Amino acid sequence: MATTTGRTLQFREALREAMQEEMRIDQRIFLMGEEVGEYNGAYKVSQGMLDEFGPRRIVDSPISETGFAGLGVGAAMYGLKPIIEFMSWSFCLVAADQIINNAPKMLYMSGGQFGCPIVFRGNNGAGGQLGSTHSWSVESLFSSVPGLKLAVPSTPRDAKGLLKAGIRDADPFFSLESERMLGMGLHGDKDYSRYLHGNKWAPPENDADFVIPLGQADIKKQGTDCTIITAGRPVHFALEAAEALEQEGIDIEVVDVRTYRPLDIETIAGSVRKTGYAVVVDQSWPFASVGAEVAAQVYEHCFDALDNHVLRVHNDDIPAPYNRNREQDMLPNARKIIEAVRAVTYNA
Amino acid sequence: MTATNASPSNALAKGGRPSDQLTEQQLLKMLYDMMLIRRFEEKTMQAYQQAKIGGFCHIYIGQEAVAVGSISALKDEDPIVGAYRDHGFALARGMHPNYCMAEMYGKITGCAKGKGGSMHMFDRERHMYGGHAIVGGQCPLGAGLGFAIQYEEKDNVALCYLGDGALNQGAFFESMNLAAIWNLPVIFVLENNNYSMGTHISRGTAMANDLSAKAEAFGIRYAECDGLDVLAVYDCFASQVAMTRNAKNPQWKRGGWDQIAYSREGANPGPAFVNVRTYRFQGHSMSDPQKYRSKEEVGEYKHRDPINLLVNHLIESGKATQQQCDELDNKAKDISKDAITHAENAPELPVEEMFTDVYANPFGPYIKGGLPNIITNENNGE
Repeated sequence: MATTTGRTLQFREALREAMQEEMRIDQRIFLMGEEVGEYNGAYKVSQGMLDEFGPRRIVDSPISETGFAGLGVGAAMYGLKPIIEFMSWSFCLVAADQIINNAPKMLYMSGGQFGCPIVFRGNNGAGGQLGSTHSWSVESLFSSVPGLKLAVPSTPRDAKGLLKAGIRDADPFFSLESERMLGMGLHGDKDYSRYLHGNKWAPPENDADFVIPLGQADIKKQGTDCTIITAGRPVHFALEAAEALEQEGIDIEVVDVRTYRPLDIETIAGSVRKTGYAVVVDQSWPFASVGAEVAAQVYEHCFDALDNHVLRVHNDDIPAPYNRNREQDMLPNARKIIEAVRAVTYNA
Repeated sequence: MTATNASPSNALAKGGRPSDQLTEQQLLKMLYDMMLIRRFEEKTMQAYQQAKIGGFCHIYIGQEAVAVGSISALKDEDPIVGAYRDHGFALARGMHPNYCMAEMYGKITGCAKGKGGSMHMFDRERHMYGGHAIVGGQCPLGAGLGFAIQYEEKDNVALCYLGDGALNQGAFFESMNLAAIWNLPVIFVLENNNYSMGTHISRGTAMANDLSAKAEAFGIRYAECDGLDVLAVYDCFASQVAMTRNAKNPQWKRGGWDQIAYSREGANPGPAFVNVRTYRFQGHSMSDPQKYRSKEEVGEYKHRDPINLLVNHLIESGKATQQQCDELDNKAKDISKDAITHAENAPELPVEEMFTDVYANPFGPYIKGGLPNIITNENNGE
């Protein structure tokens, strides 16, 4: 078993490093959101940043998502580079006009005159018994909007590299993080799959130039028998499934798309051509989802390489239930992934 | 475009009206700008009726004094943002009419290459941050412009225009609140023409009879003026803009409860809410049969046509002759006619441009776009 340990780093610390490093070199960047300053972050992502950067650049906003998300858009048009934190992406829905009308369409509607270099980031996905309204996964809502870029990172390394790329990018960038993952890494490599040990977990130390270009998928685990295509927290479900399937002699490959827009279909198709089987795992709801889109593109790009049809694993098509066990049941969890892999590879 | 070199605060200190300081040349410029908007919009209506212009098209006739009076009180670098009845703002800000008309025709020489249309006039060089088409959606943008000005410690003021329909949107209230708590250099300009489409303000807006209540709720300074009288609009904005411009107390230097003095009397020195009472002489959009208001009501307002009011004032005060005014009007007609000619003859938005300007940093099928003619042509339309 590989036990090479990289940096001991929590997911939330990687996000913080990304923002700190970029803010140190670009005075136009400011962080605004609920409790980002004096409270040190509702989830401690921005801990210590008020002390370092002061209240001009770390701005506590009232609970007013339409107001401060749209304020960020106006400030970005003027030339600043806002990072707008939603305590949860579930709360962004009241600001929909600002984040999916104003931000991503400004460049087009102005004929190229006004871009919108803004970052929206926050927690995404269910799993904390928060009830239905606080349990949104928004990747399927927003990935269909031309003009924005959207990442769903699964490791601190990716979270940092993608966020830095997104901050530097000239276009609106949506970073969908996971409350359930922010503390991962606190206990070292016991916190995550052995497939992520070594340099797959943490970003390199003392490397302010480390970025991960948007639109490049990453193979989190090499395998030969079946491709799992996923992103974000379900990457960990898939790696959990991989351990169990290994016992059954099924060697799966886990492709982490990292960004749904742009989507790196080449890497996905390359993996499917190798294994001949595909399971798409997506933490949003099945109908018209990013998972459905990935499955459709797999068919378009490598239909002839498939030895079975593509199976999809999603949240169950219900609002997130509060009950702890039933909520875990509704997620695209390892059990469902294992069943799907067995079925698609004719091992059921 | 700035119509004044006189300092409004000096004029106020002397007890006179700021507009008393305007030169004849500046007054005639204001008159011409209003005439240009009027004649341009008449041509717009004709072109729309000929199906040369599509989509929703909102005519500015009747409200000319609002854009011209307020923008005349600004510095060139003061940013403005507004709603979808935006042709008048573009022209008052100095956009060449050719770019404005071509945009409505969907032509590549339009200010937004024909990708925006009537409701989305943008002019980066003249600090016009767009017409915006979702009611109230521009209010947070206005707060953002104010935030950015404050962040960069610039000596500017943002004007955020909204119609009376936007008074009932949450975005307006959230923006007023942010402007108040952070003392942002932004003025929310209510272009109050009494109707949100066909609904009279009294049917849709609480406290419509006393809109100072909207400002008072946030401790924001309130002012109002007669939006049919361009000099009254100018006077109001000359003083309000100066007050907002001079209110240097950024959010990061503001302390706790005891240091922030909100006042029911409107002593907050930073942001303001200005109720400009105006009237649109045409329908809400080109497709409005106007069954909700009487011809008599429209007629009453037309008796106080903002252009005639200024012409009468200039002639009575001996600052201009009827002949001078007529010449300006003829020039406005000619320029508007030229704008139609330009728009008719300009090339369509080409297919190759459909996938440009989606991303500034493009990928996949998207292409990096060039800047529109409004920026690349130094002569602004000539």
